[in-house]
Amino acid sequence: MSENVYIIGAGIHPFGRTDSRSGREQGVYAVREALTDAGLEWPDIECAYGGSAAAGNADIMVNELGLTSLPFTNVANGCATGGSALAASQQAIASGMYDLALAVGFDKHPRGAFNAKPSDYGLPEWYGQTGMMLTTQFFALKIQRYMQLHGISRTTLGRVAEKAFRNGTITPHAWRRSPVDLDTIMNAPMINDPLTKYMFCSPAEGAVALILASEKKMKELGADGVKIRSVAVKTRPPNSFEVFQAGISIEEGGKPTVLASKAAFEKAGIGPEDISVAQLQDTESGAEIMHMAENGFCKDGEQEEWLANGWTEIGGGKLPVNTDGGCLACGEPIGASGLRQVYENVTQLRGRAGERQVPGPNGKGPRFGYSHVYGAPGLSGVAILERE
Amino acid sequence: MGEKIDPDLWSDGAQPHLMGGRLPSGQIVFPMPTGDAAEGVEPYKLSRRGKLWSWTSQGFLPKEPYEGPGSGPGEGPPDFQPYLLGYVELPGEVIVESRIVDCRLEDLHLGLELEFCIVPFNARYDTFAFRPATASESKAA
Repeated sequence: MSENVYIIGAGIHPFGRTDSRSGREQGVYAVREALTDAGLEWPDIECAYGGSAAAGNADIMVNELGLTSLPFTNVANGCATGGSALAASQQAIASGMYDLALAVGFDKHPRGAFNAKPSDYGLPEWYGQTGMMLTTQFFALKIQRYMQLHGISRTTLGRVAEKAFRNGTITPHAWRRSPVDLDTIMNAPMINDPLTKYMFCSPAEGAVALILASEKKMKELGADGVKIRSVAVKTRPPNSFEVFQAGISIEEGGKPTVLASKAAFEKAGIGPEDISVAQLQDTESGAEIMHMAENGFCKDGEQEEWLANGWTEIGGGKLPVNTDGGCLACGEPIGASGLRQVYENVTQLRGRAGERQVPGPNGKGPRFGYSHVYGAPGLSGVAILERE
Repeated sequence: MGEKIDPDLWSDGAQPHLMGGRLPSGQIVFPMPTGDAAEGVEPYKLSRRGKLWSWTSQGFLPKEPYEGPGSGPGEGPPDFQPYLLGYVELPGEVIVESRIVDCRLEDLHLGLELEFCIVPFNARYDTFAFRPATASESKAA
């Protein structure tokens, strides 16, 4: 029987561009925020997991935080760095070995689209040389086909971005804090058809830290905890269609997001209808649309009606999605994004989200929050949180 | 004709074929695996005809390792030429990612009939692409 695990501290360094701080310094800032939130000091933390994709190792943070001799594991799992750090720290407590653990993710990327080396992904050089190895193309190719097969319009893509920027205006940690109207989004320069400039997130900077505790420790501290009901991380099954594939099987395979979502719901013993707020990977507008269905919140094609009716807005009726503006408004610091989603759900479930608060059933925060991260080379992480 | 961007990417001759591999299970893959992963995989000449599975445009100059127009010494975004790309389903074989040439974005739709071709890529190399199928090729196929 594994122990219940709670998030009792959550800290964030504002996302966007902070020229005066390195990525790791932003990580340290987030850890200190999380410690203050939990009412703890750094020497209280018993173990730590964290990392970044482009801003160095996390374990060096002990130089600033204090040389307490704790075991600090670096996580290097691409877009799933945050999700993997969360899963590892959750397991450390669930196993009964530790009572207090830290999960931290941070990053700082140069401007412009991400570039990747073919050899890092086991791909031939020509794939990169000829201009086919771009993450933005993958998302455009996936949503283009999905739109044709399931009747999703370009306007619906625009509405997802419009909502993201609107939510960003009321989110202190967001990067984009100004609204962008639908016409501007639709008429912006085309990056990869059908996705315009405003429909893509941009590489950015930021950091998030979460402090996890056993039930016993949470009660002892009298901390304001949110329960981790379940966590699931899944890599791609056979014949799936993922980022950076020069060839795809003609047999339609499974999807890592579907697998992670099902596993997380199964472990939690609840279903999509029980979720009151969701943070879904929105690398671009189309990803949010497809991930609504892949995570089981609607059927393929129903997103057209959902977005037209504003059902994913805060207070919009069905399921508020990406309440802090998601990657579109916060930007994408790879190592931090997955934990930002969890941070946002912790804030929502504690009823501390201010102007962007999703109302719960009894006038407080919602009971169940859902987060989903997706990244190269085809992996998804889902976390379901509960306010008991 | 320039150099092939990869000597093993397509077969030589008047009717070149993109090279895939046939796994021991019979499944066709692209590209042909290399190194230890190639063990037991037979080189396989892929079909020259296929149908459009999905598509997009590339509207900005990619960073390294891109080597097309705009990426050379002294070149930049003004020298970049936007291009089309997509996935082409080769019936019964595999779906391959490719440049799409000789057409406009608005001509593209799911299932569009395409044929394999070799096109100039930069000052040194040729690469492969697919273009809307011509009547003569469809008679030959």
